[in-house]
Amino acid sequence: MADNYRYIGKVVPRSDGRDIVTGGTLFLNDLPFRNLLYGKVLRSPHPHAVIKSIDTKKAEQLKGVRAIITYENVPDWKFGNPPIVHLLDRKVRYVGAAVAIVAAETESICQQALRLIEVEYEVLPAVFDEYEAMQPGAPQLYDQLTGNLLPLMAVNLGPTSATEIVTGDVEAGFAEADAVAEGSFGYDNIPNPIPMEPPGAVVHWEEPNRVTVWVSHQKVWLNKRILTIIFGEEVKVRVIVGPCGGSFGSKTMSWQVQCYAAALSKATGQPVKLCYSKEEQLACFVLRPATRINGKVGMKKDGTVTAVAGSWILGTGYYSMTMQTQLAVGCGEAMIAIRSKNWNLKPAIVCTNRNSSGIVRGFGGQELKCALIPLLSLAMEKLNLDPFEVLKKNFIKPGDGYYWRDAQWYNYRGIDYSPAMDQGAKVFGWKDKWKGWLKPTAVKGTKSIGVGVGIHGNADVGEDVGEAYVRIDNDGRIVIIQGLAEHGTGQRNNTLKVAAEVLQVPIENVSITPGDSLITPVEWGPAGSRGTYGILGAVIAAAEDAKKKLFELAAPMLGANNPEELDTADSVIWLKSNPQKSVTWKEVLHLRSVLGHGRFDADYTLANCMMSFVEVQVDTETGKLDVLRVVNTTDAGQIIDPQGLEGQLNGCLGSAGIDSAVFEETILDPSSGRILNANLIDYKWRTTAELPEIENVVMETPMGTHRFKAIGVGEISTSPGPSAVLMAASNAIGQWLHEYPVTPERVLKALGKTTGENRGGAR
Amino acid sequence: MRKHQINLTVNSQVYQLEVGTGQGRVNPSDTLSFTLRETLGLTGTKLSCDGGACGGCTVLMDGEAVLSCMLLTIECDGKIITTIEGLKDAKTGELDPLQQSFIDHTAFQCGYCTPGMIMSAKALLNENPAPTEAEVKKALSGNFCRCISHYQVVRAVMDATGKGR
Ligand code: FES
Ligand code: FES
Repeated sequence: MADNYRYIGKVVPRSDGRDIVTGGTLFLNDLPFRNLLYGKVLRSPHPHAVIKSIDTKKAEQLKGVRAIITYENVPDWKFGNPPIVHLLDRKVRYVGAAVAIVAAETESICQQALRLIEVEYEVLPAVFDEYEAMQPGAPQLYDQLTGNLLPLMAVNLGPTSATEIVTGDVEAGFAEADAVAEGSFGYDNIPNPIPMEPPGAVVHWEEPNRVTVWVSHQKVWLNKRILTIIFGEEVKVRVIVGPCGGSFGSKTMSWQVQCYAAALSKATGQPVKLCYSKEEQLACFVLRPATRINGKVGMKKDGTVTAVAGSWILGTGYYSMTMQTQLAVGCGEAMIAIRSKNWNLKPAIVCTNRNSSGIVRGFGGQELKCALIPLLSLAMEKLNLDPFEVLKKNFIKPGDGYYWRDAQWYNYRGIDYSPAMDQGAKVFGWKDKWKGWLKPTAVKGTKSIGVGVGIHGNADVGEDVGEAYVRIDNDGRIVIIQGLAEHGTGQRNNTLKVAAEVLQVPIENVSITPGDSLITPVEWGPAGSRGTYGILGAVIAAAEDAKKKLFELAAPMLGANNPEELDTADSVIWLKSNPQKSVTWKEVLHLRSVLGHGRFDADYTLANCMMSFVEVQVDTETGKLDVLRVVNTTDAGQIIDPQGLEGQLNGCLGSAGIDSAVFEETILDPSSGRILNANLIDYKWRTTAELPEIENVVMETPMGTHRFKAIGVGEISTSPGPSAVLMAASNAIGQWLHEYPVTPERVLKALGKTTGENRGGAR
Repeated sequence: MRKHQINLTVNSQVYQLEVGTGQGRVNPSDTLSFTLRETLGLTGTKLSCDGGACGGCTVLMDGEAVLSCMLLTIECDGKIITTIEGLKDAKTGELDPLQQSFIDHTAFQCGYCTPGMIMSAKALLNENPAPTEAEVKKALSGNFCRCISHYQVVRAVMDATGKGR
């Protein structure tokens, strides 16, 4: 029905497009400041050590150095879940842990100062493997934790949170299965989302308690909330977020970079800018969680999953900010994708001496799915079942339900995604290409082609809360007041679209405030594909409220008893029963404006869905894998922004998505704890020279969300692909491949062409 | 020390920069990207890796694409530099067809890689006004984009070919 709309579903140039293509966009590091100082971090060379002594005297004497902070004089700021991570600590827990921070007049003076700080360490034994970390006698990272295990409650989710999936009777489920498969499956190559713009912040602390923060971030209100928790409620925090050069979730964890700058600003009284280098971003910022399940599944001949049982180990590195939430969401997403009555999945979150894992697109569910689907595949192989049919059958259907992240049961009120899956399969040519388990689709000389399929869905499309105001000014222009950063999805432009659509005005007349917590109300920010339902939902409600208020003013002028008798377009209001009778907005809004308010409250009864089909070619001589083709299929309810949606779906390759099964991995040296590929040359990334063909199938079945019936899907495009690649590669070479990524070494080893030990990544 | 000056033409404007330390001068260790961004205030050129890997800092030097983070400014004496800020018509504000095509195709998500992408594409079109798709992909293969705007970028560049100046 897109044709009835003026803007929804239409290609509308991004309002920030001109600035982007002319270099006018001011990212964090481009903002001008007066009296700016620069900050840098001295980092630990040891994965686990206690600082015996730290001498900053020489560094302090360097001209241009303005402040040096160590664990001895740092404010008592801590965070994490539980909040046991100090901004600077006497103990360091990974290679790259902050040891001291320096503010100086230039970045190069900072660098020189770092070299002059003398630190003596007492090196402690370190542990990098999650299973070893849980053993008795393993090095312990924190006094507060036993066995390096973190509590499982996601305290931010309210009074309850999902900490496991235990329901039904798994023994009975296994007994009724026609096939049972078990084993150990991991997705533990800890790839890095690497948004192109590194994390960074400028902070100005004005004593005693006023703090202004400019930060590259995807969230405004939530970031202010986090900093207020850290600094204390008495501190007035103002957060300003401009354009963000990518995040993929990761920059939500920017508390440390902001607190370093804040501590240095507090110490100097001047604004301080601290931006990570690319190497710091890769070695000291956010990795994907490491996942391993030791699991068992039962399946019937018709593809019904009868039971899922096992342990799920989540490796979080040296601390957790949100791993408990990822666990909770991951559990719910597993129930959405696997309609089994019987579950006994017991998670654990383990700390090790490496950089921390955290928020990345796919948020727990991608990690779990990447391990679970290979396990399910073993059962499918035993029963000779087509994985497309099994995944389709097991994805949530109307009438089903699930425990979501708050451990509450929700009855699903969304659609059956089977038609979208069928359409995707048709476009991909699945029926022709699927030849059976461990059978290639085609072989040409040393090149073997295989296909695979994966799936993901998420009930966070309606997560959390948000508010917006829509102000209609007396010049007829409209201002959306909402705390929103533009981090690449085009979300800010989409708020203009929906407001223009509701109020029937030219989109040029609509603008949105900068994301500034001094101005903008509560808004959770982009997460879990909530933008389309939640963020736009609040704007729609605010625009409707503003329109109602406008009509209340206009009604007496038009002799109407009831605002419902009116309609408007292009800043003219008329009586529906007599369109000749009209007033202009200007006349109604003489020397006044109206302000509408809209709120979105969480709704966990809907889920999105993405299925990805991949075709890979494996060279059985060299072991190299090429992704030839990807078909993503989904149903978006109603497309809001066709080009923006395409961008989100093409994003399946990047930000630790499909390529985390092809070549992306973080390589940790188990003897030193160092990350060996913490730069953009050694960390492999997709280039235009090797682009697979991508086709995106997007159906539009109206969804029970808001008046435009749309549902968000952007976040999850990275999630179905990795397990699909593993499946496709296994089929191509006729041997199971169960480790990510599918490197040439792993292929050749599976083919018996090398005996050498697998170099591997994380372990 | 002998007084020394660097002459740079950036976006048709001539700059005479003194070599030395301090505000407005060119330190011998300054990279071209540093000079453009910090000394001349042209922040359209983006830094990501600051080490020659990502193409984000691409500018044109005498019409060819170079990585401004990998050049010392003192090596660029007498060179003609074009940055992303210099592509549009300075008088009318009219965009280069390549820039317009990027807007038309929404050939960006976060937009952080976009200046580098456009400058790499511009260098290609300077040399080869009607490239094949394969040539476009090859020319842009040094440009990192984590959002995966590549498909829309290739389309935007192809659409702008022949119309390029
Ligand atoms: S910033 Fe110059 S190549 Fe990456
Ligand atoms: S559009 Fe975000 S890095 Fe390219």
